[in-house]
Amino acid sequence: MAKTTPNHTQTVSGWAAHDSSGKITPYTFKRRENGGTDVTIKILYCGICHTDVHHAKDDWGITMYPVVPGHEITGVITKVGSDVEGFKDGDKVGVGCLAASCLDCEYCKTDQENYCEKLQFVYNGIFWDGSITYGGYSQMLVVDYRYVVHIPESLPMDAAAPLLCAGITVFSPLKDHGLVSTAGKRIGVVGLGGLGHMAVKFGKAFGHHVTVISTSPSKQAEAKERLGADDFIISTNPDQLQAAKRSLDFILDTVSADHALLPILELLKVNGTLFIVGAPDKPLQLPAFPLIFGKRSIKGGIIGGIKETQEMLDVCGKHNITCDIELIKADTINEAFQRLLKNDVRYRFVIDIANASPAT
Amino acid sequence: MASKPETEHPKQAFGWAARDTSGVLSPFKFSRRETGEKDVAFKVLFCGICHSDLHMAKNEWGSTTYPVVPGHEVAGEVTEVGSKVKNIKVGDRVGVGCMVGSCHSCQSCGEDLENYCSKMIQTYSSKNVDGTITYGGYSDTMVVDEHFIVRIPDALSLDAAAPLLCAGITVYSPMKHFGFDKPGLHIGVVGLGGLGHMAVKFAKAFGVKVTVVSTSPNKKKEAIERLGADSFVVSREQDQMKAVMGTFDGIIDTVSALHPLMPLLGLLKNNGKLVMVGAPEKPLEFPVFSLIVGRKTIGGSMIGGMKETQEMIDFAAKHGVKPDIEVVPVDYVNTAMERLVKADVKYRFVIDIGNTMKASS
Repeated sequence: MAKTTPNHTQTVSGWAAHDSSGKITPYTFKRRENGGTDVTIKILYCGICHTDVHHAKDDWGITMYPVVPGHEITGVITKVGSDVEGFKDGDKVGVGCLAASCLDCEYCKTDQENYCEKLQFVYNGIFWDGSITYGGYSQMLVVDYRYVVHIPESLPMDAAAPLLCAGITVFSPLKDHGLVSTAGKRIGVVGLGGLGHMAVKFGKAFGHHVTVISTSPSKQAEAKERLGADDFIISTNPDQLQAAKRSLDFILDTVSADHALLPILELLKVNGTLFIVGAPDKPLQLPAFPLIFGKRSIKGGIIGGIKETQEMLDVCGKHNITCDIELIKADTINEAFQRLLKNDVRYRFVIDIANASPAT
Repeated sequence: MASKPETEHPKQAFGWAARDTSGVLSPFKFSRRETGEKDVAFKVLFCGICHSDLHMAKNEWGSTTYPVVPGHEVAGEVTEVGSKVKNIKVGDRVGVGCMVGSCHSCQSCGEDLENYCSKMIQTYSSKNVDGTITYGGYSDTMVVDEHFIVRIPDALSLDAAAPLLCAGITVYSPMKHFGFDKPGLHIGVVGLGGLGHMAVKFAKAFGVKVTVVSTSPNKKKEAIERLGADSFVVSREQDQMKAVMGTFDGIIDTVSALHPLMPLLGLLKNNGKLVMVGAPEKPLEFPVFSLIVGRKTIGGSMIGGMKETQEMIDFAAKHGVKPDIEVVPVDYVNTAMERLVKADVKYRFVIDIGNTMKASS
């Protein structure tokens, strides 16, 4: 599997999980030298995505230990390869989920690298040179410039970090359905966590009527007052569901727990689309009738392409959209994981890598 | 149920109805309304037998009002038109599909999608605006609002036109809506029955490459030689399925039995769409990952609006798209239903109402 490649000479301090306990401890490892198409980034911040916890604990059975998680990375460029275009020393940049793709297939050529069959992720992936990729829970990253985006000056680097995964994951479906350029639609957001809260912010920024659909009545005040949602439906309340039947043009479903699709589908107007970005481990039950009797669609998608990610960041810069975050120290990642499992965060943890002391 | 079918309306009518969950059809006297100012009255000449007719005759969906006169693939000749009828005249060849009324004021009606109007009135076993129950095309005459009448072009024979009004539009509408009609695309058709065989024919008329996906290896020859499909894959043969993984731009899934979606989704390219037009009664297992990793879509679609149905009929006439039918006399209808259960028909029964339905029979 993982080859030791001779040019991996740079020592980096980071944080890794070593077994399925998922416990994160300081870890020193090697990164490749900065190649012709690479940039080297001093990492300042890295968001904690739920995927990080799944990988740390090997919940999906695909983890190659030790794993250095982290795919919501912001930092500053310290070195630029000779063949790099568009980046220079000192640039404020971000890196998301992607570290490599074939650059040659239909999808890579149309800025949909995220659907390339040879796609490799920024951690727990296998890079072109055969080495295992290590993510953003570390102080320095070497990455091919084609997977790097610029962070607009107006955005704080800590609250911008989660945009690289949570942000693009919900932005891409909105763009896919013309909801970035056209205002005035009625959209629903199922689940109010890291992804959901970003969807509400985007929805409002783009001029839509936003309804949050959640199992937790306690989130109502927050959804409306803090995030600006227009309506709130408790998904276990049949009266509220009935009253909102056929009222929404588009619904973004961010829930990765098992949940019923039927009541959600019935909230859609004719021709409406339910876009799923949370991925339950087990298959959901799909009732065919609400699709057929309303020409409705269910669609799924994963993150977005690099060009689209840059577009999202530029839009965020223009509208001043960032994540609501809780900044934590690197030595409290394990506590953050625990709280994340209990949904005890509003809405994303971000690790303050810049001020962390080097691993020992 | 104060009014009696035979006397609730002024015009005598005759058809075949099922009276109970046995689903057995027998002669039935009832009545039709006077031709209203916006109505078209016509003599029924042919009526296709849709699988829905069987479900409804046996009350398998729990929504049947007995006695039920099935039939929503109806073709005939106009005998009378109301004073405000604009585009239809006596003698015209016309058809009626699955619906005979809608609210005309909702968003769906405004967008020519009467089929999705929540007050849509179905052609049979549905409550009409006057409170009476609608009776379908297994009958000698019909009276229908002009809005729900389709003109059948001369190039189409009426017997072949009948099944287009349900089976035809059911596959044509999603193929247009979901963009499967672009030459050069590769489309999969799952299931080769009444709907599936129409999907293959429309796809070929659109200039699309078609692969039939079926559980029955013995349908291969027919699919390719008779219907013109480009290739055929047996869904239970893993090697065959593997060979076409990731090659379809779209799939029309016509199967109404419970079936796994995952292998079908695997046949789609990234950004591909699977559209269900057969409606399994129980929920299907739906692996979300298989959509997410390729930005794929699962959609559904039900018949089509009136404007689109007329467009479909005109397209079918122009391009010679016709269902393969077996024309039967009305007294064969119960046998036809039994054969339909066994999928023993290529591919649609059509009842010759005009020549075989007699009030005395």
